[in-house]
Amino acid sequence: MRAFQILIDGFAISALYALGATGFTLIFGVSGVLNLSHGAIMVAAAVAAWAAASVLNVGTYAGALIGVGVALLTAFATYFAVVKPIQDSRRIPNEEKEIFVLTGTLLWGIMIQELIAYFFTNNAKTVLPIVEGVVEILGVRTPKNEIFTAIVCCLVIALLWLLVNRTRTGKAVLAASMNPRGVTLLGLELTNIYIVVWGIYGILAGIAGVLLGMFLGVSSYSVGPLTASAFSIVVLGGLGSVSGSLIAAFVVGYLETLTAYLVSPAYRTIPALLLLVFVMYIRPQGLLGRR
Amino acid sequence: MSSFFTSRLFFISLALVVVAATLPLYVSGYVLGLLTVAFYFGVFAMAWDLLFGFAGEVNFGPTFLIGVGAYTAGILNAQFGWSVYLCIVLGALASVIAGLVLALPALRVRGPYFGLTTLVAVLMLQNFIVVFADLTGGEIGLTIPDVITINAGANYWIALGFMTISAAILYGLSQSPIGLVLQASGQDPVQAGALGFNIVKHKLAAFIVSAFFSGLSGALLVFYFGTASVGTVVDVAVGVNVIVSAVLGGRRTVLGAALGAIFLIVAGEFLRPTGELATFIVSAVALLVVLFFPGGFLGAALSREARS
Repeated sequence: MRAFQILIDGFAISALYALGATGFTLIFGVSGVLNLSHGAIMVAAAVAAWAAASVLNVGTYAGALIGVGVALLTAFATYFAVVKPIQDSRRIPNEEKEIFVLTGTLLWGIMIQELIAYFFTNNAKTVLPIVEGVVEILGVRTPKNEIFTAIVCCLVIALLWLLVNRTRTGKAVLAASMNPRGVTLLGLELTNIYIVVWGIYGILAGIAGVLLGMFLGVSSYSVGPLTASAFSIVVLGGLGSVSGSLIAAFVVGYLETLTAYLVSPAYRTIPALLLLVFVMYIRPQGLLGRR
Repeated sequence: MSSFFTSRLFFISLALVVVAATLPLYVSGYVLGLLTVAFYFGVFAMAWDLLFGFAGEVNFGPTFLIGVGAYTAGILNAQFGWSVYLCIVLGALASVIAGLVLALPALRVRGPYFGLTTLVAVLMLQNFIVVFADLTGGEIGLTIPDVITINAGANYWIALGFMTISAAILYGLSQSPIGLVLQASGQDPVQAGALGFNIVKHKLAAFIVSAFFSGLSGALLVFYFGTASVGTVVDVAVGVNVIVSAVLGGRRTVLGAALGAIFLIVAGEFLRPTGELATFIVSAVALLVVLFFPGGFLGAALSREARS
């Protein structure tokens, strides 16, 4: 009974983590950017969906769409206002661009977080779920919303896989992650590929944010923890490896759920952190890292 | 090194310190209190700059070192009643041990991987403090019975003196041969090692020095505040402020980091009337500096001087 409960709850939260981390790792794989405004973009999506559905009364579907749209716009704004200027800057030495992108996106994330807190307060917001009610699975009362979350996450990740492996654009993205210079030699504009990747990232982060808003609720305080969890999942899986991130998301998701159910919710994040430190020591490149 | 004592930077710094030392004669206790905190923060930022700017280690967890020093000193004083000065020294020593713990992964992993390890260290410390609430005061914080002094002027002078001495030591170290070796090993460890320098030894030294000053400053800050809490010395947001200070003032300048910290804290106070937008404005200014003056305040000033 309790085992099933852990299995079901763990699956939903893991799928959500996986979706959030996939976009993050995709950007790193293709352009070497660690986007520390990740949590802020997810929260922006959730808060936009909440505001549209609960304040403007546009309905849950339109609200969710607006949330994803806001995430897409914020992702593009992040790329054009922060990441691209740093990458193109001649005054920043190449070997220091990484830390500048980290600092820049971190500050950008704080700006988004503060704006959200200013206009929508710090209170936790729960987005109206698209499907309501509960069903009983294997003797566990499960909100339909939780199943919906898991299904959407898996579908989106499957779609992403098809996009990357089966379409021309996707193959260009994949090629850019393997060898950026080779791609430009084949006559593809690297900037266009980056724009596509940031677009994909925005949509993924948006969906993850809106689903998180429906499932657990968000507030502007969630920004830091969300970024940190995506960062640790991605490093655990191996930076730039999408399949590694998926595995790591399920490891972290289940570890957290197990701890919360069997030990105490207060210790929820500790085993995952310990595991992370352990993996860093014995396998610094992460589970499926390439380096 | 001798050229430094005749350089313009030396005279400007000296003049600034002299002017700062006379402040208690004519400004209010409120301003002094603000600057006292800013000076301790300046030491955090300088210690961070030694690790990042010179050793090239992306340390996302300056508050791990600060927090260990601050809490060790606080706990020893509050729970065991040891004397203030002993607690401060032991706090700094505990922080050095924490620095060695942090240095172990740094010798194995680099870049973002090390960055994450340091971030995890902060989160672990935060969890530890919350879980062992009996010892640490938990989320509410630890009330500390003793203070160094309650005189605002004396506190201000202690902080200013401490920052000046720390700045002199850290700056001197950064300009010494050790600093050059650190810089070389930060930029290209393989080549620096091939030239015959012991990178491991130098990096460990950088971690120890950085941790010592972070911990000492953290312990002093705790005895100034009379309380140690996660929000003031451990939270990731505090660490972000330390990093932003160093980048804002100019990385690899050490002294710039202190300027950045003072700017950040004073600006935050000036913007208090704007309410919740204060953090937004400070972050936006910092982002603009990062984008348009990547060298920071001091970096921009120094490069202009070098050009003319």
